[in-house]
Amino acid sequence: MVLSRFSQLGARFLKESGIGQFWVTRRGCVKWPSSHYLYPTKSLSFSTAVTGKAQEESSEQKEKITVTFVDKDGEEKVIQVPMGMSMLEAAHENDIELEGACEGSLACSTCHVIVMDMEYYNKLEDPADEENDMLDLAFGLTETSRLGCQVIAKPELDGMRLALPAATRNFAVDGFVPKPH
Amino acid sequence: MGQLLLHGWKLISRGFSSLTPHPLRVCIVGSGPAGFYTAEKMLKALDGAEVDILDRLPTPFGLVRSGVAPDHPETKLSHLPETWKQIVVNQFSRVAANERCSFFGNVNLGTTVSLSDLCKMYDAVVLAYGAESDRYLGVPGEDLGGIYSAREFVWWYNGHPDCSNVSPDLKNTDTAVVLGQGNVALDVARILLRPINELETTDIAEHALTSLRESTIRKVYLVGRRGPVQAACTAKELREILGIKDLHVCIQKADLLTSAADEEELKKGRIQRRVYELFSKAATSHQQHDIVGQRELHFMFFRKPDRFLPSESGNTVSGVRLEKTCLKENGASGKQVAVGTGQFEDLKCGLVLKSVGYKSVPVDGLPFDEYRGVVPNMKGRVLSLDQAEHAIVEKGLYVTGWLKRGPTGIIATNLYCAEETVASILEDFKNGLLTPSSGSPKPGRQGLLQVLENKNARFVPFSGWEKIDTKERMEGELRNKPRKKITTWEELLLAVDG
Repeated sequence: MVLSRFSQLGARFLKESGIGQFWVTRRGCVKWPSSHYLYPTKSLSFSTAVTGKAQEESSEQKEKITVTFVDKDGEEKVIQVPMGMSMLEAAHENDIELEGACEGSLACSTCHVIVMDMEYYNKLEDPADEENDMLDLAFGLTETSRLGCQVIAKPELDGMRLALPAATRNFAVDGFVPKPH
Repeated sequence: MGQLLLHGWKLISRGFSSLTPHPLRVCIVGSGPAGFYTAEKMLKALDGAEVDILDRLPTPFGLVRSGVAPDHPETKLSHLPETWKQIVVNQFSRVAANERCSFFGNVNLGTTVSLSDLCKMYDAVVLAYGAESDRYLGVPGEDLGGIYSAREFVWWYNGHPDCSNVSPDLKNTDTAVVLGQGNVALDVARILLRPINELETTDIAEHALTSLRESTIRKVYLVGRRGPVQAACTAKELREILGIKDLHVCIQKADLLTSAADEEELKKGRIQRRVYELFSKAATSHQQHDIVGQRELHFMFFRKPDRFLPSESGNTVSGVRLEKTCLKENGASGKQVAVGTGQFEDLKCGLVLKSVGYKSVPVDGLPFDEYRGVVPNMKGRVLSLDQAEHAIVEKGLYVTGWLKRGPTGIIATNLYCAEETVASILEDFKNGLLTPSSGSPKPGRQGLLQVLENKNARFVPFSGWEKIDTKERMEGELRNKPRKKITTWEELLLAVDG
């Protein structure tokens, strides 16, 4: 248990140090970072030693926010998200089950997240038409639903909690009414 | 001695097979989004799964290739180097590159290989072949020339090899009527109305581009049985067509009046609300209407087709007789349905595109719900009726995509649909329902290859598609477009050889 936790940290460490270059997503494809969202990154010192973590964190404090993901079973996972990174990317970096089929191109709603506090929801910029178009098609839409790919880490969002929508995916039962053409 | 050796070999091989459990052999019929998402989920969920994907065409990706409109705007997000269509194609191509996955193009379920053959050869068969036919309106004159289903028209402009000869005449008329107001209806209307230079840099089929360049169509009527509150399109597609350059959009303001029942629908439906807002905005916004040859889009609500009117020759369509409708609340469902008022009007036109829904076609031996146009299923498990009319599960047979839930939803909807079907397969596998407890394991791919060889049927592997792909891209590059599609069976198969 301890070992795997350590190795997780190490893996995250490795990935994080690569920010600002390309990184490899969970699907194994090389992705471009959303560079225009990225804050200028300091050259992070590269270390795989777990003891270096604490030091690293203090110097990074202003560059990351804490976000809690709550999955459909109610389990929580607290992660650190660098400024400028989308919640979809952050979820993938941290092995959180958030689909993101269109890889952030605003063509699906599979990275649908629910902002759990209205206070935080109001800190986000209003969704653009394109995002609303996709939210229209999301399963289990709520008043504070957003697409994970459009929620970008910024200082005010520190402490935000995001719920993954419950699996209302049974087409026959769960109110999924097919629309005629 | 020889016999002894052979016997010994058999023992050894039997010993091995019990050590390495035989893989779960899965066959997926159809290589569109439903098929490929199923393959992806299957391969990811089970290390021992071996997946073969069949398609009747030499080309994979189904409606991603022949359905998605060529003129959807490029993604504007600057950090993404690719469009959604390319992203999907890349994802699916990575699935096909998996060593446990094989693509068999040019293999037709029902003619090249039968469903019962597949069920004998594979542990699980997943039907994902979508909806390749159309719903009928059932009104007089439907077979006149100049009347097409929207599907045929879409396949035509997208270069589907079955519709390269459709060649609709766009030069004898200035008016087209589209029946239906869903997203497909908006797609076909948009293609007819969009300035030609905006289509020239897309991968629209060359024959369609030539025809549209010479098109005399200036007015398109989109006809719906109900009102703007009930229109079946989504906001994205509606905004796209309303945004066409120099287009004159006509919406009768009277049609925008809402009843109490309409208000109730709007309150409940977010999509409807946003669509209705777009209609209202379009109806009231100031538009320039003095451009020579300006194209017009007319939304005609509360009308249903009564009959098609023949031209003097009697062979082609010259108009549509429409009956005005009003909405009545349907007691049982609480929904508002359109009923005729007995008032008629004729609308002259030389082209009609019927966009009233796609329809799936069953194959031999497949349970099918004719009324709903889907395969009866329980979370993707195909159901049939026994002699006492009780529903029973067809062991090892599954369904996903449009064949499972009807022709609705966007590409990504298939991801959830596939997830559900794959979960059912995994559950059945874990419960030992898919692998025979005694006897030899099913042959899977080897069995299929045998059948294809016996029938002297030539299949197109994924590498064959890659040759087509390369050729199309190269020829597209010369014309400053993403690809020049190959649109006939002969040329497609020739490109595989090349």
